[in-house]
Amino acid sequence: MHARYKTPPGPTYLSSPARNERMEMGLPVLIVDDEAEFAETLAERLRLRGFTPHVANSGEEALSLVARGVANIMLLDLKMPGMDGLEVLRRIQKGAFRMQVIILTGHGSEIDEVYARSMGAIEYLRKPADLGAILAAFKKAEKELNKNMPVLTKE
Amino acid sequence: MEDRHYYKSLTRNMAITMIMVSITPLVLIAGLIGYYFETAYREKVLAHLQELVEKHQQNINAFLDEKLSYIKVLADSYSVEQLTDEAFLENKLIILQNAYSGIFVDLGIVDSTGVQIAYAGNLKLEKADYSGAEWFRKAQKQDYFVSDVFLGLRKTPHFIVSVKKRRGENEWLLRATIDFLAFNSLVENLRIGKTGSALIINSAGEYQTRPGMEPLPEMASLLKRTSWTRAAPVEGAHAATSQPAGFKTISSGSLALSGIVASRGREFIYILMPLKGGEWTLAYQQDTADAFSELNSARTLALTILFSGVLGIVFMAFFMSRKVVLRIEKVDQEKDLMNEQVLEAGKLASVGELAAGIAHEINNPVAIMAEEAGWMEDLLEDMHIEESEDFEEFRRSLKQITVQGERCKEITHKLLSFARRTDPVHHDIQVNDTIEEILGIFDQRSKFSNIRIQSELDPALPLVSASPSELQQVFINLINNAIDAMGSGGGLLEIRSRLEADQAVIDIADTGHGIPNTVMARIFEPFFTTKPVGKGTGLGLSICYGIVRKLGGTITVNSAVGLGTTFRISLPVHTGDVTRTGS
Repeated sequence: MHARYKTPPGPTYLSSPARNERMEMGLPVLIVDDEAEFAETLAERLRLRGFTPHVANSGEEALSLVARGVANIMLLDLKMPGMDGLEVLRRIQKGAFRMQVIILTGHGSEIDEVYARSMGAIEYLRKPADLGAILAAFKKAEKELNKNMPVLTKE
Repeated sequence: MEDRHYYKSLTRNMAITMIMVSITPLVLIAGLIGYYFETAYREKVLAHLQELVEKHQQNINAFLDEKLSYIKVLADSYSVEQLTDEAFLENKLIILQNAYSGIFVDLGIVDSTGVQIAYAGNLKLEKADYSGAEWFRKAQKQDYFVSDVFLGLRKTPHFIVSVKKRRGENEWLLRATIDFLAFNSLVENLRIGKTGSALIINSAGEYQTRPGMEPLPEMASLLKRTSWTRAAPVEGAHAATSQPAGFKTISSGSLALSGIVASRGREFIYILMPLKGGEWTLAYQQDTADAFSELNSARTLALTILFSGVLGIVFMAFFMSRKVVLRIEKVDQEKDLMNEQVLEAGKLASVGELAAGIAHEINNPVAIMAEEAGWMEDLLEDMHIEESEDFEEFRRSLKQITVQGERCKEITHKLLSFARRTDPVHHDIQVNDTIEEILGIFDQRSKFSNIRIQSELDPALPLVSASPSELQQVFINLINNAIDAMGSGGGLLEIRSRLEADQAVIDIADTGHGIPNTVMARIFEPFFTTKPVGKGTGLGLSICYGIVRKLGGTITVNSAVGLGTTFRISLPVHTGDVTRTGS
């Protein structure tokens, strides 16, 4: 049962032809949340909807995945032990990574939202968030990425 | 109880300060003026007395000179033959007696052998023999002579004025007797006040007048030691005297000796002046109580005023300070009341803050639950429930929902248990339990901030009498601050409890940024905060302070910038049994 967390995509889902189809055209997204249960379940649901989700349980882990270029869209929690979401956002901005960041937090205050948006977050969602809202945010992020593509092509 | 004592000592201190400030200058001025006034007054009285005595001295001297000069005129104007004619002599006596009634008693001519060859008067002293009389011997040696007072042949006090004349080989004396009473009145006139009186004394210490008062024994001894030396050409005489103990000489000049002598427990003013070219002494004495009676009554009056003034000041000082302190007490009570209101407001604020924090905390598990539920829906969409392949998935998701639901319950439970106990009624509380409870609430928050919490609680800590909710508030506020101080950088929060000299001591130590000195003095002030606007009410520490003080405890801070802060709370332990409090 736990195998599915360690090696996504797990064998259970590979067996489903419908999922395999969607996997091939999966948009890579990075889910950053210290609540492992939450992150994994969300990843499963996104995978079911044709995304290629990557999971990080801390700010540090997230940054290392970003450095490896696993995804250009990030779903980021703010309150995390150690490096928190705002710090991750700050580092991404500083490191000039081509990233679109969506904030998803349970501690959403107005101040945090203004702060996060000022640092380049394109969307600010509050937990518990409807999956539809998350998907809409991803669509928005993808559009932004395509808009910037010619300018920010990797050399 | 402690307050009573505080206000009492405040009243006392205020009163004493007021009394000191008012009385000191009053007493100083009174003393200074009194001293100078007394000194000046005494000097003036003495000078005045001396002047009076001097006038009498002149009078007496003039009297003696005058009488002597009459006799001289008689002796010079007439021959011895004329004067020995008793009818002639009688005639002259009558003239003198008419001019000066009662002064001249008789006249007589005495030859060189001491026999009275002629006499005019009432005493039938013709042919009286004076050869053995002392006055005669002295008179023979001088041209003019005034004798001391003596009883003589007639057995009544009198003195003799005589003029010596020479005719050929023979010397003869014209003598006149001066009535003692007439002379005495000169001195008796010198009576001042009740005790001031004078007497005349000769060099042998014999009274020349009837003493109007009993002379002081000290005076007699002084008189014996005083001799007026005829140094000056006129009648100037110098007092040569050695002072016996107890005499205070104020002036010692050529014409007088004056001062104050203590005798029989009283003080007397004495003035001595030479008479008859220093043969006699005019002695004046007066009790100082009498001489300075006006000074004494002035002093009594001044002291009465001073005393009643002091009494008034003391009364007013106590009255005023009592009034002021009552006022202060009232203001203090009002302040206490306001503090209580602030405490109440703060309580609500901190409960609200906590509730908001918990609401946020709940969002996380709820989000998971929602996600899990969504995942189940996703699965249901794709497959039939009887396909056992996903059956395990359903079970797992359901379990997660249950687990996360429990989490929500736990959090809300803590919130409720906190909210329920807001009664200010005091119970016997085990502080350790309260600390454990509070630490449970902060579990999650400290995890997020990377803060390790270490508690070292003394299991033998006695119970403390306090309101559970208030005590909780104290710990919540302090731990909240500690976590805020350490920020997201993490750190170590240590909570220790122990018993220290009948006090339950609780340390809450963090490794945060510490409290700068500039802020330290104000941390317990209400509405003082260093947190960003909207984050802190500035009430937390003032509430802690108010609660701990209300419980009879103390709260102290020890902080080093950059190293951390330790708050130490000492609460009196609840001993409970009567014997302890009685001893």
